[in-house]
Amino acid sequence: MSDRDAAPQLTMSHLDDLWFQVGGTLCNYTCHHCFISCSPHNDTFGFLTLDDVSHHLTESVALGVKEYYFTGGEPFLNPDIVPILSATLQYGPATVLTNAAVLKDAWLAALAEAESHSTYSLEFRVSLDGFSAATNDPIRGDRTFERTMRGIERLVAHDFLPIVTAVRTWPIEQDDEQTDAFRDMLKARGYARPRLKLLPTLQIGAEAQRSEAYGPHDRVTATMLHGFDRRTLVCEHSRVVTDRGVYVCPILIESPDALLGATLAEADRPFALTHGACYTCYRYGAICANPSSPS
Amino acid sequence: MNAPHDNTAASTTSPKSGDVRIACLGGVYSNYLALEAALVDVHRRGVDAIYCLGDLGGFGPHPDRVFPLLQEHGVTCLQGNYDDSIGNALDDCQCGYTDPRDNHFAQLSYDYTLAHTSEENRAWLRTLPAQCRLDVGGRRVLMCHGSPRRVNEFLWESTTSTHFLEMLTDDHAADVILGTHTGIHWQRELAGGRRFVNVGALGRPANDGHTHVWYTILHVAPARCDAEFIPVRYDHHRLAREMAAQRLPDEFIATIETGWWTTCLEVLPAKERRRGRC
Repeated sequence: MSDRDAAPQLTMSHLDDLWFQVGGTLCNYTCHHCFISCSPHNDTFGFLTLDDVSHHLTESVALGVKEYYFTGGEPFLNPDIVPILSATLQYGPATVLTNAAVLKDAWLAALAEAESHSTYSLEFRVSLDGFSAATNDPIRGDRTFERTMRGIERLVAHDFLPIVTAVRTWPIEQDDEQTDAFRDMLKARGYARPRLKLLPTLQIGAEAQRSEAYGPHDRVTATMLHGFDRRTLVCEHSRVVTDRGVYVCPILIESPDALLGATLAEADRPFALTHGACYTCYRYGAICANPSSPS
Repeated sequence: MNAPHDNTAASTTSPKSGDVRIACLGGVYSNYLALEAALVDVHRRGVDAIYCLGDLGGFGPHPDRVFPLLQEHGVTCLQGNYDDSIGNALDDCQCGYTDPRDNHFAQLSYDYTLAHTSEENRAWLRTLPAQCRLDVGGRRVLMCHGSPRRVNEFLWESTTSTHFLEMLTDDHAADVILGTHTGIHWQRELAGGRRFVNVGALGRPANDGHTHVWYTILHVAPARCDAEFIPVRYDHHRLAREMAAQRLPDEFIATIETGWWTTCLEVLPAKERRRGRC
């Protein structure tokens, strides 16, 4: 039996988390570890419009969606992003994943106002992969540390509490040392109670070239799922809407088999965990979720 | 990562009718002094029944002291994730934290509680049901710990959509769902007169700068169904002294003395975190 034959099929128990690839694959950064190779020139996936998102928000009510997530690319390159997030906060909690480099005060003021009128939280997850330019910029690009830090300072000035999200590009044994350094740096820059989230590397996209691609044995098997809490796998309770259809998860949108249908209803079908990224999701769990909603 | 124990069996209580008041206690976390004060308050107000929605241990001192109080006062208890862990001597509390700092303090609390809970009480914890259903004046009341679908699900006010809660009431055939687990009380009215209530916690303050803790009285009558959150003042200075004597972390004691959370903060969503001080 081949590895592919042995891959278990995973059924979604319920659509808790609805993701939107709102920024497509267009990004102002070209990070060397990006798992979908986003860049200023990658237009494989396009922006979602306010109308696109509104249609799915309406659809999500009957489906009982719990939370909404927005990613890209860089979501704030999308000219509709502020009205999209504001509209979403009338339906439920919203989380946007950003590098914070292009944020404008007027946008943040509008979003703070929208959140203040909502029952729900607006979370900013800001990607930063080192606590200094020397550790961050080799991965995310020249001067990206300062650009992102200025964005974090803007968010804090508008009373947001961004979750600074770092990909673990260091040995796991150094987690404590690294997170302490992040916290010290953020406090020194005026973020008094910094929130952090660490992510494992996903050895696909640009990261496959930076480090190495998954090996043939980096796969989930049916045996591995016995007694395992499947809810820690993103695809057990999530789907992602893109301008090219609905995919199984925000990590695998460049994999043709991850396109499950044109609608959320069509995308509610089992998915075979054949990818190396599925193995990372299995090992670490809750890699896409916020700490407040771990699974 | 293993799946939490599958213990979703619900006990069912006979129908009640008329004007019914039910006291709902959540998250005792070994705070026997707050529990004692809450029970005095419950009896003073007069209720038809008292329920505790689980997590009897953790955080506070002397975990064995809550059990006789619950049993003497006829409190019907559910099994929270903490009770499953302590009862079955699992490796951790199954609270569901992902942040290392949250887990560090949760483990300190768990190790202390497991070491100081008697075998007799651990055996009792193993007997508790995960859920309880009541028929109150034709309204279907479902009590659980985290959510009806998972014992350790966090249902925060600012990260739980209304249509998700309505889906839970549909899927679990309930008009009222009562839970705890997050430690902060809140409620939301749903379509069709249905309601979700997080009954709060007796074990530690609600991260609001006040030292009192909270429980809930559910009031069901033919024309009404609402929940009232009740503040409970107790001798928190004494609890802090006893925690210090038991060498529990200073961070836990600071929470009891100030009303602000100092640990397990990373699990808070933005709105709930912003309301706090740390």
